Amino acid sequence: MTATAPPALALLPPADDALVLSHRLGEWAGHAPVLEEEVALANIALDLLGQARALYAELRDELGSEDEIAYLREERAFRNCQLVEQPNEDFAHTIVRQLYFSAYQLPLHHRLASCVPVAAKAAQETAYHLDHAEQWTLRLGDGTEESHARMQRAADALWRYTGELFEPIEGLDIDWHGLRAEWSGTLTDVFGRAGLTVPDGPGTGAWSAGAGRQGLHTEPFGRMLAEMQHLHRSHPGASW
Amino acid sequence: MASATSPPREREAGSGAGPARAGAPPEKSEQEFQADFDAAVAADERIEPRDWMPDAYRATLVRQIAQHAHSEIIGMQPEANWITRAPSLRRKAILMAKVQDEAGHGLYLYGAAETLGADREELLDKLHSGRQKYSSIFNYPTLTWADVGAIGWLVDGAAITNQVPLCRCSYGPYARAMVRVCKEESFHQRQGYELLLALSRGTPAQRAMAQDAVDRWWWPSLMMFGPPDEASSHSARSMAWKIKRHSNDELRQRFVDICVPQAESLGLTLPDPELTWNAERGHWDFGPIDWQEFQEILKGNGPCNAQRLEQRRRAHDDGAWVREAAAAHAAKQRSRPVEPPAHQERQPAGAHTAAPRAARSGDR
Amino acid sequence: MTGTDWPLWEVFVRSRRGLSHTHAGSLHAPDAHMALRNARDLFTRRSEGVSLWVVPAGEITASSPDEKDPFFEPAGDKPYRHPTFYEVPEGVQNL
Repeated sequence: MTATAPPALALLPPADDALVLSHRLGEWAGHAPVLEEEVALANIALDLLGQARALYAELRDELGSEDEIAYLREERAFRNCQLVEQPNEDFAHTIVRQLYFSAYQLPLHHRLASCVPVAAKAAQETAYHLDHAEQWTLRLGDGTEESHARMQRAADALWRYTGELFEPIEGLDIDWHGLRAEWSGTLTDVFGRAGLTVPDGPGTGAWSAGAGRQGLHTEPFGRMLAEMQHLHRSHPGASW
Repeated sequence: MASATSPPREREAGSGAGPARAGAPPEKSEQEFQADFDAAVAADERIEPRDWMPDAYRATLVRQIAQHAHSEIIGMQPEANWITRAPSLRRKAILMAKVQDEAGHGLYLYGAAETLGADREELLDKLHSGRQKYSSIFNYPTLTWADVGAIGWLVDGAAITNQVPLCRCSYGPYARAMVRVCKEESFHQRQGYELLLALSRGTPAQRAMAQDAVDRWWWPSLMMFGPPDEASSHSARSMAWKIKRHSNDELRQRFVDICVPQAESLGLTLPDPELTWNAERGHWDFGPIDWQEFQEILKGNGPCNAQRLEQRRRAHDDGAWVREAAAAHAAKQRSRPVEPPAHQERQPAGAHTAAPRAARSGDR
Repeated sequence: MTGTDWPLWEVFVRSRRGLSHTHAGSLHAPDAHMALRNARDLFTRRSEGVSLWVVPAGEITASSPDEKDPFFEPAGDKPYRHPTFYEVPEGVQNL
């Protein structure tokens, strides 16, 4: 692993991942299954938003202020993976999305920690996010027939978006195979203990492997961005 | 509800735990209990969960704390309405943290109510079925981004004016919850004021947005202090019990006096042509409040009553399978005799998270 | 407890090293592990703590307010346990 800082633009995909997932988690406010979980989901959303902002700050020279980056880019310019843009659906989908993503983000942060200072701090937060997803997966996988079925359904539905997590990001000189192996190990372990089956298949759709990283997104993402950017764009040049 | 002569509930902090009794003490008469209670309140001592208290005191507290808790969680909705549209990342973070705090405050307050023997599930049920109220202010819609600022400045401002005296309320757990709430809420009002200030100093469109929001939220926030003293049914008794420390009108006046100069600094106008300084009273005079509107909203005819309750009910119903599953898992774990549950012993997959372990005596 | 009703836990927070854990409040959780997580999120989101305990509320044994007198009164007439009971001649220091 190299301690040379990666080119700033290589940080755009992880930054967009954090922003988009934070936004999705923010949609839970006022809708969580139990009050304690309102607080927990908001904590994770705030951590991710903080990570996104810290990473955007590194991109200032290339792309401008954090708000320009978040609010003034078109859908095709976003480099987040498709997994994080998937709608919340039920709590099971949200938890599986968290598990798939945190299990990827944690080893990624560990690998980046030596050369990207933001990643070192983020790794601690991400470890907590992974534990949150893991604890819920264990409970919902094991709890009732209904919760088990919902979790398996979510695990299967979101599986097709996991393949692109391991498409190398240009400029991030890390061991992607090792990352994938770690991710698979985590999933096999957690799903095993939760009584869930790790889905079969390649983890991609017919044409979309790595597509998010190239600016190709799924339909719900455009609507998400429209909502997120509308007010900012309605008042060009205004400060808030 | 037990009769006034029944012994105090064997509950500390909402637990069902009975105390370990070291020989039953001599029975006290109701009069003696009442006298002890009156003396404690008169001496400004706090009443604690397992102390004897009049049934009406307990009932009043449960009603008030529950209503307060409900207001916190219903109050998340009008602001959460703007989380996904917050116009800058900084504002998005602030708003998410604020709405999160409101969930936290709801939890502190439900916790306080539970020390009185009320169960959270029961209280939520009463909220969902309309048998318990929440603050009517949250039945107004948030139509523009500036409403988030107006809520912070005016609604939270009014709430703080109401809540600061509650930190000295005679019931210990409620007072302690309020200390925590007030400490955390101080940022809520400031962020609202700062938000409005940015709009007021911004483009003409932003400025107009801010003025429009203040126009719509000013009168409803004055109503938050409740009906005028002569029409307030519970006030006198609550004051005698030191649950309440100041009358509705007193607090309302205090709030108006605070807001007038703040509005001036904002460069915004409060929508009341009758606002005038009364040198004789040393207070600002203000125009009559439309209590008809207040009553209508209280009856359920506000713009958002149905919508707010519906969202709350749906969140609760949609979450039932999650709560059920977690309870079922816990029950299964308890009945599994073999070794401690694997997930608590192992490092969570992905290493570095030290799994929190149960506190042990060695940790003292 | 009904099927969906989670038990109540009392939460104790050590605000910084060197201090005891202090009662902070209560919350609901299906089990101890989740209770700790929820306590972390609820009671330490402004860095109020460095260590947490959660205790099932039903497991706490408390003294009864009825027994206040027999429990705590006997300690009240032993002022000789307190340093202020003793007279110290003027000028004597570090005692």
